[in-house]
Amino acid sequence: MKVLVAVKRVVDYNVKIRIKPDGSGVDTANLKMSMNPFDEIAVEEAVRWKEKGLATEVVVVSIGPQAAQDTLRTGLAMGADRALLIKTDAEVQPLAVAKLLKAAAEREKPDVVILGKQAIDDDSNQTGQMLAALLGWPQGTFISATEKTGEGRLSVVREIDGGLETLSLAPPCVLTTDLRLNEPRYASLPNIMKAKKKPLDTVAPEELGVDIAPRLTLVKVEEPPRRKAGVIVGSVGELVDRLKNEAKVL
Amino acid sequence: MRALVLAEHDNRSLKPATHAAVTAALALGGSADVLVAGAGAAAAAEAAAKIAGVGRVLLADDPAHAEALAEPLADLLVGLAAEYDALLAPATACGKNAMPRVAALLDVQQISEIVAVVDADTFVRPIYAGNALATVRSSDAKKVITVRTTAFEKAAETGAAPVEAIAAAAPCDAARFLERRVVESVRPELTAARVVVAGGRGIGSDGAFALVSQLADLLGGAVGASRAAVDAGFIPNDAQVGQTGKIVAPDLYIAVGISGAIQHIAGMKDSKVIVAINKDGEAPIFQVADYGLVADVFEAVPALIDSLSA
Ligand SMILES: Cc1cc2nc3c(=O)[nH]c(=O)nc-3n(C[C@H](O)[C@H](O)[C@H](O)COP(=O)(O)OP(=O)(O)OC[C@H]3O[C@@H](n4cnc5c(N)ncnc54)[C@H](O)[C@@H]3O)c2cc1C
Ligand SMILES: Nc1ncnc2c1ncn2[C@@H]1O[C@H](COP(=O)(O)O)[C@@H](O)[C@H]1O
Repeated sequence: MKVLVAVKRVVDYNVKIRIKPDGSGVDTANLKMSMNPFDEIAVEEAVRWKEKGLATEVVVVSIGPQAAQDTLRTGLAMGADRALLIKTDAEVQPLAVAKLLKAAAEREKPDVVILGKQAIDDDSNQTGQMLAALLGWPQGTFISATEKTGEGRLSVVREIDGGLETLSLAPPCVLTTDLRLNEPRYASLPNIMKAKKKPLDTVAPEELGVDIAPRLTLVKVEEPPRRKAGVIVGSVGELVDRLKNEAKVL
Repeated sequence: MRALVLAEHDNRSLKPATHAAVTAALALGGSADVLVAGAGAAAAAEAAAKIAGVGRVLLADDPAHAEALAEPLADLLVGLAAEYDALLAPATACGKNAMPRVAALLDVQQISEIVAVVDADTFVRPIYAGNALATVRSSDAKKVITVRTTAFEKAAETGAAPVEAIAAAAPCDAARFLERRVVESVRPELTAARVVVAGGRGIGSDGAFALVSQLADLLGGAVGASRAAVDAGFIPNDAQVGQTGKIVAPDLYIAVGISGAIQHIAGMKDSKVIVAINKDGEAPIFQVADYGLVADVFEAVPALIDSLSA
């Protein structure tokens, strides 16, 4: 089984973002950038499949500027075999990302494409589902477990609103990861060194024949209404009293 | 402007998330129909017909739609799309799963989790875990939208729309449903509850998590959790509140042993009244709490339970 994993370079989840004073966007200059956490989970899953002999090759792909190379190198250091950078400085929205990933899938011919369920910057939660639709493949989103079953199918457990659901998918298919799928490894120093020598190809969106023009225009970005810190109460008795008589929620 | 809203239901009953999505659809300035796709879902369709402002209810009742699998559901919506200017769904697990498929098949850039409608092309949505609100304008002729249900009032139930049976989509063998393990609970649903009591890693064990449930029951509330509490196995995944879990906005949210990471705050900061109980007075949760109690969970929660049951 060949696996393609999509990894996005995003502002690190620990960093508090700043909104530009003129409201034209989010200022990401000089912020710590990392691989989207859900994509780390995706890489980890693919690498584990390889270690178990289920996957033959793991290819990581990213769409973004030159600096997205670092994200790809992280994926290689975690154990991926090759990397593909679809290089552009333009903003690429999920539909266009999905089209580029479709083009990459047509070149690489993977049996499974794994993505994160959500990029923690745009919080769109769209790309995997869109890619599955464009390829005409079945999808298993928000997954917390996978297992290879008979007839070459994959059984996947999904995190849904009421609990968990299990689907049986026939590859080629698209999966998106949820938090409980695994705990991603840290790349060891020797593996980081080795990753520098692994192959990394670069292509431009135009070479893949994909129009990436955005469909959504950003009108403005604003601070959400801030909650103010309230009072610290001295005792459980005071808390109950205030909830009953002041907030009137009991 | 004609809008079609995908109903959220479990074949037996219609979920209130649908009512919020209808409100968002009507805010686009035209009419709204509702699609119920299910198997044995006539009762859910009848309930949808009562939602105020709904023009008609389309019912695709067929085994192919029994489990709301995304592949046939998206095909069904795409087949209906020609008649509509906008397709909307609540941003539930089901809506998030199916709608981007619809959008891609229609070559539309979906607008996820809107919290406000500015006009028929312009919407507000949170980004970066709710730390910024983006206003975006869509240039697509047709809109595909998911709706954050806590941001819209639930439409009333004073309507009487006709229910029309429509043909189902073909089933897809490449994705087969095997089983669903639903967490059975007599408590109100997390996203619709008036009170939510949520526990975090500070609770320490799944045995002690019973304290959180006990408090929730006493208040007629739902039980929520931080990611850390779910990861530790104190409680199933469907209780996770946050950026990548459920979004809640109850009248009263009580956070117990939760530090208040931005990813958690993202899911509960629109609650009316927030109470935090944490032994660390410096915990960031206190910055968003209306009432903070710096105390040990194991002293404060039993005392709270005693005081409320007295
Ligand atoms: C991609 C990604 C997505 C995420 N999505 C979410 C999400 O949707 N929801 C979410 O919640 N988190 C999410 N997180 C995790 C988030 O960053 C935090 O790690 C998590 O919320 C912490 O949970 P916690 O507050 O329970 O644990 P901790 O941060 O460990 O806090 C425990 C708190 O309990 C207090 N405490 C300990 N013992 C006691 C006691 N005896 N009495 C009173 N207080 C006590 C401590 O003072 C501390 O403040 C996400 C993280 C990532 C990377
Ligand atoms: N620019 C990108 N490069 C590579 N993968 C991406 C990119 N954008 C999104 N993805 C993938 O799509 C997933 C969901 O992103 P989104 O739909 O934007 O929330 C991410 O977790 C990634 O796996």
